Amino acid sequence: MGLALLVMIWLITFISTYFFAAKTWWLPQGASTSAPGIDHQFAFTYLLMGIVFVAAQCALGYFVWKYRERGAGAVADYSHGNTKLEIVWTALTAILFIGLNLMGSPIWAAERFAPADAGALPVEVTGMQFAWYFRYAGPDGKFGATAPKLMDPSAGNESAIGLDTSDPAAKDDVVTGTMYLPVNRQVDLTLRAVDVIHSFFVPNMRFKQDAVPGLAIHMHFTPTAVGDYEIACAELCGLGHYKMHGMLKVVSAEDFEKWMAAREAEKQ
Amino acid sequence: MAAQDVHAHTAHAHAAPQGFVRKYVFSLDHKVIGLQYFFLALTAVFVGMILSLLMRIHLVWPGAAIPLIGEIKPETYLSLLTMHGTIMVFFVLTTAPQGGFGNYFLPIQIGAPDMAFPVLNMLSFWTTFVAFVVLICAFFVTGGAPLHGWTGYAPLSALTNTGPGEQLGADLWITSIAIFCVASLMGALNFITTTLDLRAKGMTMMRMPLTVWSWFITAILGLLAFGVLLSAGILLLLDRNLGTSFYIPLVVVNGQVMGHKGGSPLLWQHLFWFFGHPEVYIAILPGMGVASQLLSTFSRKPIFGYRAMVYAIMAIGFLGFMVWGHHMFMSGMSPYSAFAFSLMTMAIGVPSAIKTFNWLGTIHRGRVRFQTPMLFAIGFVSLFVSGGLSGPFLAQPTLDIPLHDTAFVVGHFHLIMGVAAIFGMFAATYYWFPKMFGRMMNERWGRIHFFITLVGAYSIFMPMHYLGMAGQPRRYSQFTELAYLHRLIPLNTFMTYAAIVTIAAQFIFVINLFWSMKKGPKASDNPWEATTLEWTTSTPPPHDNFGGMTPVVHHGPYEYSVPGAARDFIMQNDPATVTTSH
Ligand code: HEM
Ligand SMILES: [Cu+2]
Ligand SMILES: [Cu+2]
Repeated sequence: MGLALLVMIWLITFISTYFFAAKTWWLPQGASTSAPGIDHQFAFTYLLMGIVFVAAQCALGYFVWKYRERGAGAVADYSHGNTKLEIVWTALTAILFIGLNLMGSPIWAAERFAPADAGALPVEVTGMQFAWYFRYAGPDGKFGATAPKLMDPSAGNESAIGLDTSDPAAKDDVVTGTMYLPVNRQVDLTLRAVDVIHSFFVPNMRFKQDAVPGLAIHMHFTPTAVGDYEIACAELCGLGHYKMHGMLKVVSAEDFEKWMAAREAEKQ
Repeated sequence: MAAQDVHAHTAHAHAAPQGFVRKYVFSLDHKVIGLQYFFLALTAVFVGMILSLLMRIHLVWPGAAIPLIGEIKPETYLSLLTMHGTIMVFFVLTTAPQGGFGNYFLPIQIGAPDMAFPVLNMLSFWTTFVAFVVLICAFFVTGGAPLHGWTGYAPLSALTNTGPGEQLGADLWITSIAIFCVASLMGALNFITTTLDLRAKGMTMMRMPLTVWSWFITAILGLLAFGVLLSAGILLLLDRNLGTSFYIPLVVVNGQVMGHKGGSPLLWQHLFWFFGHPEVYIAILPGMGVASQLLSTFSRKPIFGYRAMVYAIMAIGFLGFMVWGHHMFMSGMSPYSAFAFSLMTMAIGVPSAIKTFNWLGTIHRGRVRFQTPMLFAIGFVSLFVSGGLSGPFLAQPTLDIPLHDTAFVVGHFHLIMGVAAIFGMFAATYYWFPKMFGRMMNERWGRIHFFITLVGAYSIFMPMHYLGMAGQPRRYSQFTELAYLHRLIPLNTFMTYAAIVTIAAQFIFVINLFWSMKKGPKASDNPWEATTLEWTTSTPPPHDNFGGMTPVVHHGPYEYSVPGAARDFIMQNDPATVTTSH
């Protein structure tokens, strides 16, 4: 029985660890300035936790086998513990966990404490059951007014977010269902939700933030590679949660300008 | 049997009832109430498990026609999800370890004839029962069970037109939870008073078995946490039915402007998780107590670092109230507070690690016996380590960016709070079955049940970490819509097969349980050669637990292999003069 346990626990440990270490399923390809930092912290945490995982499981399997009851002869140690050891492992785990925490903190601070750069591209993201809409301010650089009573989800785009076309600032606002961003330029997001909570999740950008009704949440990231990236919703928002997806197209600065000019032309 | 006719004339004892109703239905006997809780939880865990089976099937074969039910629609998946989570957390994890085993064994382990307030005890069980019935009703009302998940985030849960199931089903759901809170508050009060007031002579706090310590601290957590959830639930009911706006700002649902304004969706999350995080310790602490008790007993060795274990339970309980924000890193809460919550969460890892080291230290140089209860206790340690080590990932806001609300979280909490806690319950069932029913469970089937469940549970829940890393969001009813999820479907299919096997293996347990009640070999009073007080009384214990006597305690709870002693264990009430260190 002791041997069976040892084999089972060790096997579970090694097979589990193999798929982590071989990166068979790992974080998706990163494509933003935050990806390297987050990925590094992830890999480092994984390394440390992996060592503790393998050590603890192997010790467990080994001990139950090694100290199995064998005949009448052997006697268990009569010991109530060891205060010195207790202090040592308390201190070591405290250093390990708190150290890990402090190491990761600068990344969090850079992501979330600092406001967006002055030159960032403002984009408003609106979540509703079950679609994402993206609004660009247009040449005037100002988002026009929206009004709850104008919202008509079935009409899509401008009407879905309730854009008030009588507001001059709204005239040049572009609202789309696909998000276009120029590469290597920071995007200054404003996240909103009109009905329930949604969560704007772009795995390749290492970006996730809830969009909460009643709040306008400001957040930023910088895409670093041209390509198409899927957007998911990561907060349960109703029966269509699983299909509330969108597409982020990161393009060159010129392509972005061209795309934007075409959208403005459509509006005329 | 003769002992049953002798009544202790202490303040808390009451005469053994005669009629069937007073004896088995509205019983005041903590042992009967403990069994009632146990069987309620057993029913609940089977319902919850069948729901999870349907979920796993739908996830990988979305169009499959299920016998009797037909095709599962996305909204049905979410109803199953909500009911699965709610049933498991409240009616299994909170009900069996504390209400069931705690009720039955806490009084006996401290040498008391019953709980401090037997009537309150009965009320708390029947209130829990009502809560369960109300919850199950949600399946059968128009619109069905709610789809907002066990966490019921507002405004999804606070409005009636955000999806099917959000009408009467959601009202029943939150009403059930509110009733459950009332029941748990009554229970908590009883546990705390009993532990503080009814300990036998010589049973100092530092001689209490670690099971008693964990039930005691769990009760304190319950007392502080359930009150908050109760209030939060009442506010939710008001928002839903009386037009208040505690959790609802101005929102437009499907083009319709709702009449609410000014409420805060984050308020619900703060209140919910202020309860919700301590709740995970309510679920797991009793399991830790059982693991400690069993590892010591079956290693024939005193628990390593008894005092450290007690302080660790206290530290976990205390810190557990200061970490709720780690569920909200992505919620729009201030990023500065995320920093503080993260630090506290990492700190709570320390006492958890201490417990693990002490468990390993207990086995080290012991003489391990592999009866089924011990197998599950060893499995508990393994699962606790595996589930615990994904915690430090999620505790870092930086890493929570990719991991929050993905399958990684589902893997983490299933291993540590789901399966580990269930292993604690299995261990407790196999261990105390002889005392409760006077017979032994079948060892061979116990072992088979153990190995299939251990390997099965790892096969279902370990891959969830991989899926989460790859970005698979949780609470998705199918993986067809996002292209990057397609390559994850084969792994999901493997997990569904693993779930089918694991769930099938649970029938081995149930059959063993009921078969052994009738046909198992008769158990002696102390079949495991254990030391705590429940093993000093007859099997099953008489109505007043000790047959008119009041035990006097002379030793700590884990005196195994004491040099110079006649046997390799000294029971707590043994007046032997051998020197022990407690
Ligand atoms: C038979 C074993 C089990 C299986 C196969 C299983 C499977 C699942 C699945 C597939 C989900 C949905 C994940 C998602 O879509 O996000 C889930 C959610 C959940 N499970 Fe289990 N589960 C099992 C046992 C348990 C146990 C023992 C517990 C007790 C803690 C538990 C508690 C939960 C909770 C709290 C949720 C979250 C519900 C929600 O998101 O609202 N499960 N489970
Ligand atoms: Cu969603
Ligand atoms: Cu928590």
